[in-house]
This record gives sequence, structure tokens and C-alpha cells, in this order.
Amino acid sequence: MVAEARLAGLLAREAPVLTTFTPDAAAGLPGAPWLRARRAAAAEMFTGAPVPTAKDEVWRYSRIDELDLGRFAPARVVAAAGGDGSGPSPSDRLHALVDALGPRAGLVVTIDGVLATVASSVDDADLVLGRTTDLPDGGEVLGSVADAGHDFVLLNDAFAPDPVVVDVAAGATVGLPVVVVHVVTGRPGSAVFPRTALRLGPGSRAGVVELVLAADHGLLATPPGGAVPSAARPPEQLVVPVTEVAVGEGSTLEYVSVQSLTGATWQLAYQASTIGTRASLSSFAVALGGGYARLRTDSALTGDGGTSRLRAAYLGSDHQMLDFRTLQDHRAPRTVSDLLFMGAVADTAHAVYSGLIRVRKGAVKADAVQTNHNLVLDEGAHADSVPNLDIEENDVRCSHGSTVGPVDEDQRYYLESRGVEPSRAERLIVAGFFESIAAQVPLAGARPLVGRALTERVGVSRD
Amino acid sequence: MSTGELCIEGLRAGIPGREILKGLSLTVRSGEVHALMGPNGSGKSTLAHVLMGRPGYQIHEGAVTLDGVDLLALPTWQRARAGLFLAMQQPIEVPGVSLAASLDEARRPVPEGGAGPVPPDLDAELRAEAARIGLETRLLERPLNVDLSGGERKRNEIVQLAALRPRFAVLDEIDSGLDVDALAAVGLRVQAATTEWGLGVLAITHFRRLLDVLRPDVVHVLSDGRVVATGGPELAELVDRSGYAAYA
Repeated sequence: MVAEARLAGLLAREAPVLTTFTPDAAAGLPGAPWLRARRAAAAEMFTGAPVPTAKDEVWRYSRIDELDLGRFAPARVVAAAGGDGSGPSPSDRLHALVDALGPRAGLVVTIDGVLATVASSVDDADLVLGRTTDLPDGGEVLGSVADAGHDFVLLNDAFAPDPVVVDVAAGATVGLPVVVVHVVTGRPGSAVFPRTALRLGPGSRAGVVELVLAADHGLLATPPGGAVPSAARPPEQLVVPVTEVAVGEGSTLEYVSVQSLTGATWQLAYQASTIGTRASLSSFAVALGGGYARLRTDSALTGDGGTSRLRAAYLGSDHQMLDFRTLQDHRAPRTVSDLLFMGAVADTAHAVYSGLIRVRKGAVKADAVQTNHNLVLDEGAHADSVPNLDIEENDVRCSHGSTVGPVDEDQRYYLESRGVEPSRAERLIVAGFFESIAAQVPLAGARPLVGRALTERVGVSRD
Repeated sequence: MSTGELCIEGLRAGIPGREILKGLSLTVRSGEVHALMGPNGSGKSTLAHVLMGRPGYQIHEGAVTLDGVDLLALPTWQRARAGLFLAMQQPIEVPGVSLAASLDEARRPVPEGGAGPVPPDLDAELRAEAARIGLETRLLERPLNVDLSGGERKRNEIVQLAALRPRFAVLDEIDSGLDVDALAAVGLRVQAATTEWGLGVLAITHFRRLLDVLRPDVVHVLSDGRVVATGGPELAELVDRSGYAAYA
């Protein structure tokens, strides 16, 4: 019996027999020779690697065992774009949503991972927006930050049809945010691979808002903002967005990402950053949609005195699972990381937060904070919160903490003692919980959108 | 001027396994100020929370009525709607929830669209009330009790009292955390409410200094869960001179 169990375990970890995500399929995608070679190599590696299972620590609590890659195939490129950036014009709803973010320095839109729109009002000498293949050193930008060993990054490497880049020149200050939108059209069984590289040259400043949106749903639903699930279950899709962020020496990036996918979507997202000497990243992730929506956030502090401020807000309802894995990786002295993830789960939704602070030898005077708060709004909902420390240096300051629980009874009593009806009191408290984190969205223009998206979802999930 | 009464009769209550109030009776009429004095552990704060319906307390016997309405049969929010207000000894932080939003909800007619007073200009009213008791108006923008000092929280309670205009208010050690000037301003504000709209007040306190600015009509001494002495303002002076030992 034991031998059988072991054999079963080995079989489970065997490389998958993939019929859709094959090296041939990857080789069929268009692009510059270096990009095609890169895809082919990644596809070979992915095909030869074991699929992760929930037995792996980094996939613990997840629904990875329920993911059957064979049900998905890369979204067909021809259907998505007209080719040279003159693809289908995004809908009025998309324009309205983007305009609501306020004035911007530029806009990049991809549809099912294929570049559809690029517009910039900033001189090319300061800011380049477009395909990575447009950059002379595009091959170096791609993969310079993202660790291919994680979370299906290899799959993105192999099948991202059109990696886009936001490249800020050394010394440039881009005063208005750049908006990057990835629209997922939602064809049944499609797999979509948005890929974004943000690179800030030394001494530069910029802000980026990145949206991953299902067409006709959530933030792009009619009427806008309505997140009411339609009666018919939308078709299943797989979305694997990878964003890599390199914040160069002495530069500052404010970054806001919002995910609004359908409830039938598998999202395996990865955001990786490196923070150089005296550089600063302030990042805020909002997770609204997805059936199983995972976001892995790795932030490596590679230069003396770098700062990484990581925020996330999430709200799960129905049978959603929102899964967050974070790494604050202190590799240099006097580096600061400050993480606060806050979310709520309603109905039978499940949230997972698992985070690690790593302070490597030599990262003296590192200062790291890791906090996760979860509101559990219904009896069937559930949250797991697992903070971890791995400290190899003595002279450091690290703290972590997490809470999981229902709406605070004292807060409820306080409001009710003023005459607030109980269900209203709960809604106020939950909205206040999100208000307190939404106030920390770094780009002021994105703050109303984030606040509204969260509070509207509170309203929907509490009605 | 409304007339009515908050009537507590033979109240026995406590926490599981321990009776703290052991047959407490007193009646406050509209427009009156009653002081309830007593040593630590006599049951003053328990009374405040039992009246408001805080979870965790048990009522064994007795009745509490507000203008004849059986308060103990109502959930907390309906007690407030019936006209009871509790200024808490330790006001609770509610992150992200503004004073204005909570008062809007507190004054919203239930059920929706039902008859109820049309709320006047809340912001102007709050600013005027804050100025009246020396609370910086910018503090009104903070989430409820978040990043407020002890004294600011107490004054914030009084701003809410003034905005909600309850029939009866229980002030649970409103004097703690307030300096002399703030205490005077708060005392005057509450005193004025007794004539402005006939507010009835039950002021719970350890010390007489509150009663120098908020003049009580009646003083009760609480000991071991019962009212052991009732008198006029002179009773507060007596307690102040000779302590509670005589009532133990």
C-alpha cells in the first residue's frame, strides 16, 4: 500500500501531457526572432517540468489540483488584433473607465494579450511605450525581474503573444500616470497571457495603473461598475498576467493594479519587482474578480536604502478563492519593506494570504513589516493567513501580524448604540475597513475608482 | 419641552456567573440631571452598558422603561431610536467610518422612506457643536475615534449627543480625560441641553468636579449594585469630604 501511495505521488508530479500548450503552438506565435526563440525555450522547459500540486508549500490551500490545463488553449492571435497596433478600438466603456482615472501620460491596451492601442503624450526621450521588441535591448528587459521558476511564469514566457513595455528614461519625470489595460474577451477555453515590463531608469519618477479586465463584466459591465453575476455561468478561461518592475537607482514608481475578471476565470498572476539603491516602489493591488485568482508578489530590495511599500485590497464572494503569496526579499543594507494586505470574504469565498519576509546575510538594518487583515462576513466563508520570517542577519527590525475574524463586536455595538440599524452598521464597518486601505492608494487619480469598486462590491455582497 | 421619564426598577443584572447590579432602582425625569456616584466596582459602568444592551451582559430581574417603552425588550439600536444615548467611558475606534456617515445612518428613517425628521445640515451642525465645546473641527473629519486623544473622544461623544438629541443620556465618566476648561465646556453644553430640548441626564462619575459644572438635581450613591443613598447636591459634597466608606 505504501509503495502504491508513493507511486501515485510520483505520477501526480510527473510532467503533464499537454496537448494545447506545446512547443509547436508556442513556435507558431509571431514576433522578432529573439522573442520566438525565447518562447520556444520556455515551452520546452514548461513541457518538461512537473505541474505543481497543492502538496507543494507554495500551493498549499490553493485550488491548483482542480486546474486542468487541457481545457484551455492559447487565445488565437489573429482574432484579437489587426496586427500593427491598429486593432479593434476599445469600447466606449473602456474609454470611460480609463478617462475616469484622470489625465494620463499614455495608454497601452492589449486585447487577449495582443497590443491594440498605444498612445503617449510624452516625448520618446523620456518615455517609451509599446512592444518589448521595439526596444533595442528588449530581450534584456524581458525576464530580467520575473523568476521563471514560479507560478506559470514559464507558461507566460512561452505564450505571451505581445509583451509590452513602459520604459522611463534615466532622470525623466513622467508627471502623469501611464495606464496599461489588458482586456480579456472571454472566449470559452481561451488562455490569455498579458505581459508587461516596467523599467525606470536611474533617478526617474513615474506612475502606472495596470488593469486586467474581463470585457462586459465587473468594471466594464453595463451599467459601469455593476458586478452582479449574470444568471448564465460565463465560459471558463485561463489568464496568466506577468508584470515585472525594475525600479532603478534613486527612482520612484507608484503602481496600482486592478483585477476585475469573471467568476469563471482562473487567474495565475505574478508581479515581481526589483528596487535599486535609494529607489522606492509604492504598489497597490486590488483583486475583485476571478473564480480562482492568485497573485504572487515578489519584491526584491537589491540596493542600499531601497523601499518597497506593498498594499492590496480584496473582496471575495460567491465561491471565489483569492490567493495571495508575497515575498519581501531584503538583499541589501538599510532596506525597508512595508506590506499591508486587507480583504474580506463573504458567502462561501475563501482567501489565502501566505507571505515571507526574507532578510539575507548582509542586509543589516533592514526594516520589514508584514500585516494581513481578513474580515470573514459569513459563516461559510473562510480565510487562511500565514505570515513567515526567514532572517539571516542580526541587526534588523521585522514584525508581522495577521487577523482573521468577523466584524468587530465592539465596533458594531458602538454604531448600534447611536441608533444605526445592525445590517447598516455592518455595511458601514466593512466599507470603513476598505476605506482605510483605499486611502493608501498611491496615485490619487486611481483612488476614486478603487474606492468605488470596493464599496460597490461590499454593497453587492451584503444585499 | 418634552416630559417623560427613564425609570429603572429593581434591576438585577451582571455577567455570566456574577451578579453586579443587585436590585437597582432610580428614575430620571426629562430636564433633570441625576448624578450616580460610587466607588470602583460598585456597578456604575455595568449599569450604563446594561441600559444600552451591550452584548455579554445578562439581566435577571427588573424593568427599564423610557416613557413607558420597555427598553430591555429592544435591541441596542432601537433603544437608541427610542431616545437613549450612552456617552461611553471608552469610545470605540471604527476605522474608515466617518462621524457624518455614522450619524446619517443613525438618523435615517427605518423602514426606508418612513416618517422621520428630515435631517438638517449635518456638517454645519457638527461644526457648531464642536466649536461650542472646544473640539477642533478638523477632528470631525477623522474616522470615528481613530487618532483622537482621550479628551477628544469624550468631546466627540458630546458632539454626537447634540446631533442626535436623545430624550435621555447616560454619561459614563465623561469627565475622565478632560482638562478643567474642556470639562467646563462639556458640562455647560449638557446643562444647556436640559433646557434646549428637555434632555434628562444620568451622569456617572467618581468625582465631584464634574458636578461643579453640571449641576445635579439629584445625587445617588451606588454601592455593591444598589442605590444606598439619594439626596440633593449636598450629598455629592458629603461624599467628596468623607468618601464612600460610610456607604459600604
